[in-house]
Amino acid sequence: MNTIRGRLITIGILALLSIGALIPRNVKQRVVDQKTGKMKDTTVRRVPVNLGLDLQGGIHLALEVDESKGPVPDCADAIQRAERVIRTRIDEFGTTEPVVQIQGRCRLIVELAGEKDPARAKSVIERTAFLEFRITDMQNQFQNALQQIDAVLRRAGFKSRGAAPSAVSQLFGADTTKAGRDSAADANAPGPLSSLLFQGQLPGEFLVPEEQWEVVDSLVQRPDVRQAIPRGIDLKWGAQVESRGAKSYRALYAVESRPIITGEELQKATARRDQLTNQSVVDFVLSRRGGRKFGEETARHIQHYMAIILDGRVQGQPPIIKNQITTRGQIELGSKTLQEASDLALVLRAGALPAPLTIVDEKSIGASLGADSIKDGIRAGIVGVVLVILIMVGYYRLSGVLAVAALTLYCLFTVAGLSAFGFTLTLPGMAGFVLSIGIAVDANVLIFERIREELVHGKSLRLAVDDGFKHAMNAIVDSNVSTALTAFILYLVGTGPVKGFAITLIIGIAASMVSAIFVVKTLFLIWLQRRPAMTTLSV
Amino acid sequence: MIRLFANANYDFIKWRRWAYGITAAIMVVGAFDLVVRGLNYSIEFTGGTLMQVETKTAVGTGRLRQALDDAGLHGAEIQTFGSDTSYVIRARISAEAGENEVGDTVAVAAAVGRALDASAGPGQYRVERTESVRPKVGKELQGKAFLAIVLSFFVTLTYLAARFEWRFGLAAVLATAHDVLATIAFISLMHIEVSLIVVGAVLTVVGYSLNDTIIIFDRVRENLHKYRRQNLYEILNLSINETLPRSVLTHGTTLATTLSLLLLAGEVIRPFAWVMSFGIFTGTFSSIYIAAPILLLIEKRWPGQDARGARALGARAPVPASPAGPPAPAAPKTPSPTPPRVPAR
Repeated sequence: MNTIRGRLITIGILALLSIGALIPRNVKQRVVDQKTGKMKDTTVRRVPVNLGLDLQGGIHLALEVDESKGPVPDCADAIQRAERVIRTRIDEFGTTEPVVQIQGRCRLIVELAGEKDPARAKSVIERTAFLEFRITDMQNQFQNALQQIDAVLRRAGFKSRGAAPSAVSQLFGADTTKAGRDSAADANAPGPLSSLLFQGQLPGEFLVPEEQWEVVDSLVQRPDVRQAIPRGIDLKWGAQVESRGAKSYRALYAVESRPIITGEELQKATARRDQLTNQSVVDFVLSRRGGRKFGEETARHIQHYMAIILDGRVQGQPPIIKNQITTRGQIELGSKTLQEASDLALVLRAGALPAPLTIVDEKSIGASLGADSIKDGIRAGIVGVVLVILIMVGYYRLSGVLAVAALTLYCLFTVAGLSAFGFTLTLPGMAGFVLSIGIAVDANVLIFERIREELVHGKSLRLAVDDGFKHAMNAIVDSNVSTALTAFILYLVGTGPVKGFAITLIIGIAASMVSAIFVVKTLFLIWLQRRPAMTTLSV
Repeated sequence: MIRLFANANYDFIKWRRWAYGITAAIMVVGAFDLVVRGLNYSIEFTGGTLMQVETKTAVGTGRLRQALDDAGLHGAEIQTFGSDTSYVIRARISAEAGENEVGDTVAVAAAVGRALDASAGPGQYRVERTESVRPKVGKELQGKAFLAIVLSFFVTLTYLAARFEWRFGLAAVLATAHDVLATIAFISLMHIEVSLIVVGAVLTVVGYSLNDTIIIFDRVRENLHKYRRQNLYEILNLSINETLPRSVLTHGTTLATTLSLLLLAGEVIRPFAWVMSFGIFTGTFSSIYIAAPILLLIEKRWPGQDARGARALGARAPVPASPAGPPAPAAPKTPSPTPPRVPAR
């Protein structure tokens, strides 16, 4: 009794966990707004299974360093720079969760699910990176103009919304006394724009709640607002989302329109940890011409903040200029990790030495083709499953029904496994899944045949069931391990959809071991216990 | 209760020479075809551009080919894909072309666009899928696919060597090698396009066939302990017959799923399903007619424990059984741990 109860509880927990992994949930997606053409966040409720590009449509690109116009000495570094640059442009792709990753050493993979226009995606990727240093709005020109901008927006019919002015001081606590004094937010009435901006820690820095940044972006892009922004000042978004407590913010910087220097003047940038101060620092070297220019500019801007802007996005928090810098300088990152310093050095190098890329592998799949594939795959799966059920129940009768019950759990476990480990379902993966249904019953077939043999040998029902399971085990383990090994090799060597196939097969094998052996044994035990007087087994 | 092949007692091993003949014939024809036509590698492996287009009306491959020629895209392959409004156009990269002048999807896409405008009419078609691969990447992929097959052999051989005696492992691997060769012959004869998915199918066939061989060998190992007096020839036959119901059932369910994939899952999966369906046959065939006889030969050449294999082939085989068959092989004369098989009639 106890063993049966324990087994049932285990099965119940597994089934609940699997169902839990598959409950439709809210997933935040970034999609292009059809009307404005801008990215916006939408929340979609769906079953959390990732679909591969071949099922949902999209573009897969493999890029390498273009060496047709001369050799590139360090392709690994060039690819890392390119990756960093493309990451900053992620919002320009009109897709949900683009994949940008380095494969091997010198190849970059970009996957854009749902993207329809390969030419547009390619132009975003192939554009040369542009790095510039600009001084932030030290005179608070933008901030002083905020009232006027608010007025412009009110006239255009915008009402203020957002947080109460006092949020500013709550947000930053005591160390931002300056922010409290002249924050735009404590103007008499909250304005349409100013009520959405929180004063940051340095002049020209504002924080915008993550959920409102699209609103702010569309406001500041309006022609009438741009008119009202003081001459010589530009607004640039920060590249990263910053979290303060439970909330996420994006930084908006008011910077001078004129760059004090651009990436072409930069020759080298490396990150290191300073032995004396134990700080992370980035050393950089400028060309002689650049050093002269930078020396003049930095001499004028001591104690000013300098924003590092790559492709129009401010990278990290602007550092303060402590003294005049000519050709050699360093950026101190204080207590930031070496990782962050390396990242900043990479940004600088990316802007200094744009990596020319060439597409070596390109696949684009239309969404309708993907939808057809899903439909066909599901149809084939259903027919396959029905055939398997007919064969099993027709041949093994009641035992076959048990096997089919286990098969249902098998399907549940497999799909849940794919979902829980975040694997991607591809078209070959679907084929692998359908195929694995046919193979999954093999363990049950082996067990049932053994039980039949044991019964022919004249064993009692209980003994025949026990021995049938026991004797079939060797063959089941050996055969499953050998299939899993080949699938594992396929996983190691394969790419994209084939990896998906291998993963589905491996998860399927694991799930079939659990369902065919453990679940079916439990069902048999219950059956035998319920009918102690039974003399023949329907197997 | 339905019982297929209960108490079957066919003399499978007797027919081994016939089996060798059949499989050799397939392979010779396949090898000939391979040499003459060569394998039909996909764009992934050769490099080039593939475009799948869906037209509103049936254009016909002839007209499309003419239009492509006119548009300046010569030598492209054109096939219908599932229906006569769906076409796949492949512009492979010729061996002479250098790395830099190729992979030009833009040019191919433009040519295909012009050809479709001319043959189907502007706006009367939709590009469903584009694939463009540089030959360099294709070569890498070929290397990887080859590596995968070799690695899978190595790993499974190691596993078999650990689980079974080396003689069994060798026989199983040879049988699996046979399956790979037979499958390649099949792919060549059927002119199936060799894509990554097809390589995946071949590897799955390897796993599946090995699985099947292992099931039989597992039984052989068990029966060798159980029936001490019988020679290997008899043990092999007995084991194959004992596992026959399982083979029929499992191959039946697997075939049911691969056939539904073949017929219902669409064009992209079809090559995979073809290879898998064939693989089920060859896997079953090789487990019985290749793996078992080879084990016998290995035992003869390098006799193992108590040289039972050598004895088997030295002395002529026991009474060949007819399909209706006399009962199971003679029971051992000494008492064995478990009672010998008693025909349940």
